[in-house]
Amino acid sequence: MPISYYLALSAVLFGLGVIGFVFKRNIVTIFMSIELMLNAVNLAFIAFARALGQLQGQVFVFFVIVVAAAEAAVGLAIVIVIARNRQSLNIERINLLKL
Amino acid sequence: MNGTFTQSILVISLIKVVVLLFLVLTAVAYLVWFERKVAAHLQGRWGPYRVGPHGLLQPLADGAKFLLKEDTTPAGADRLLYFTAPAITLTLAISAIAMIPFGPTTVHIFGVATPLVIANINVGLLAIFAMTSIGVYGVALAGWSSNSKYSLLGGLRSSAQMISYELSLTLSVVGVLLLAGTFNLSELILRQDGFTWGYLPQWNLLNPILPQILGFFCYFIAAIAETNRAPFDLAEAESEIVAGYHTEYSSFKFAMFFMGEYASMITVACLASILFLGGWLSPFPQTPGMDWTRYIPAAVLAASGVALILDGLRHRSFARIVLPVMGLLLGALSFLCSQPGVIDYVQGPFWFLAKVLFVLFVYVWVRWTLPRFRYDQLMGFGWKVLFPVALLNVVLTSLALVMHR
Amino acid sequence: MTPQLVVFLILAAIAVAGAVSVILQREPIHSAISLITVMIALAGLFLLLESEFIAAVQIIVYAGAIMVLFVFVIMLLNAGTEERTNMSRMARYVGVPLAIFLLIELAYQVGTATLSMTAQPAADGATRGLSMLLFQDFVFPFELTSILILIAILGALVLAQRSEGAPAQRAQQ
Repeated sequence: MPISYYLALSAVLFGLGVIGFVFKRNIVTIFMSIELMLNAVNLAFIAFARALGQLQGQVFVFFVIVVAAAEAAVGLAIVIVIARNRQSLNIERINLLKL
Repeated sequence: MNGTFTQSILVISLIKVVVLLFLVLTAVAYLVWFERKVAAHLQGRWGPYRVGPHGLLQPLADGAKFLLKEDTTPAGADRLLYFTAPAITLTLAISAIAMIPFGPTTVHIFGVATPLVIANINVGLLAIFAMTSIGVYGVALAGWSSNSKYSLLGGLRSSAQMISYELSLTLSVVGVLLLAGTFNLSELILRQDGFTWGYLPQWNLLNPILPQILGFFCYFIAAIAETNRAPFDLAEAESEIVAGYHTEYSSFKFAMFFMGEYASMITVACLASILFLGGWLSPFPQTPGMDWTRYIPAAVLAASGVALILDGLRHRSFARIVLPVMGLLLGALSFLCSQPGVIDYVQGPFWFLAKVLFVLFVYVWVRWTLPRFRYDQLMGFGWKVLFPVALLNVVLTSLALVMHR
Repeated sequence: MTPQLVVFLILAAIAVAGAVSVILQREPIHSAISLITVMIALAGLFLLLESEFIAAVQIIVYAGAIMVLFVFVIMLLNAGTEERTNMSRMARYVGVPLAIFLLIELAYQVGTATLSMTAQPAADGATRGLSMLLFQDFVFPFELTSILILIAILGALVLAQRSEGAPAQRAQQ
């Protein structure tokens, strides 16, 4: 099965992640679109790892998953603090430094 | 790979799936009976005794009750999540049993040789842990979608507890993995073959390099916490928070949660016996001098048949007929198991089931003996005691391995 | 129509449907559930690409821990429904069609590339080969990521603390 099928799927998922990132207004949903983009990239890495017969692609996916975990933890902590201070999760209400 | 080969593989797998599904659902139902009887005898009473001889038809009565009860849905509940949460729990709990090997020999179904496991995948252990990880969502979503404060609190507490103890669960198994070098469950069992000093089995609990006693106790405690059983069941105990995440569930959906809990108990007990107690390996060395140990399954069946016949004669109701008939059936089964053709196939599953029953008995014993943990004690124990102990086990096992080579 | 292609199409359909659902749902919790199904479908695709360890890690870590974190935050913050937005006319009539066109173009270019699979997978099994690489060639990034996780844990704890003293100590008195 040609690898281009997997890459096309990865591109579609990435594009959908970008659309979600640009057009949604709830912070947590935006964050989830970022995770969708990361997943699409993971798929591309694994597809290339299989196509070229190497395992470095899988190592990189491993690191991407780990870094995504760390990023999700810190990012969601920031989201919690923002929600506590602004009482809203709508990014159109938290785009000013002044409360 | 031609068409008929894949087709026969599919058909064989389908047969195994149907048989195992039937067995697991029956086992879950009778595990409830077993727990109620053991709990009762521990507390000095009889337990279910009237519905059928010795309460053996109690699970049927419970099943009928669950099906016939009124099925309510709380107002404002998120319908999609409300309906899928118990389905997630039950499905994942039962699917995890697909990876468990019940015996060594290949049986011949319609002429095709196939091992006694549905999915002998190379990362079988990781697959079971993956299913346990997703099972957390059943609990969290049930708590959220019920639109009730007790459910939400109970659901959040239960799922936080499950993900905390999942860490210690997977870490306590790493010692076994280091000794075996593979994730494949059948391989793990085969690595425990052999007897030190000729008679002590080389199960991972008594491993010659480093006995995994610390790992076993870590695993067992983490497993009890993972399946939300006492003494870690604060999030679903009646005296604490009504019923936690399954407060607002009734009839069949509650039955699905109930069955899911007991099915995950069975999965965890099966894993414990595979990883630490040698799976389907017999505790006796398979030398020619010990050939009599191969007749133990038949002997056990015969003894229980005789016990049933004698007990049946004590009753006066129709149990006077049913129990001796069951006893005679067991006697016939025991005769069948001692025939040379069948005896090889019976060994593995018998020892495996004996070990699983032992682990389940300890599970129930612990539930009805120890008092409950408070929630902050529970989380503190999981993170501050159990996790470092599991890490210590990994370090000790690696040191022992390095020194052994 | 090999079995592989059939499985790929099913899993790809589930992944794309889930991703579209992430964007289109109004409740954030439904978006989270859709994202979890996308991740599980992707794990299936990883299995198809013979990397079973990464598939298991994806489910255990990504879908089973990171998304649980998301779900907890959504439940604790009671993130409400998305309000109906009035996108600016520019965004609605130029932006969205351009975005979809970019998507189709990207998929087309990538989909007609000519790189084919090697005949057999990497020499060692996925788990063994991966761990050899991780602990020999990539041991420095591996240790760095463990420090990174530690920093992330500490950072999250410090950030999310309430400013009027640790509530946990008050509960223990």
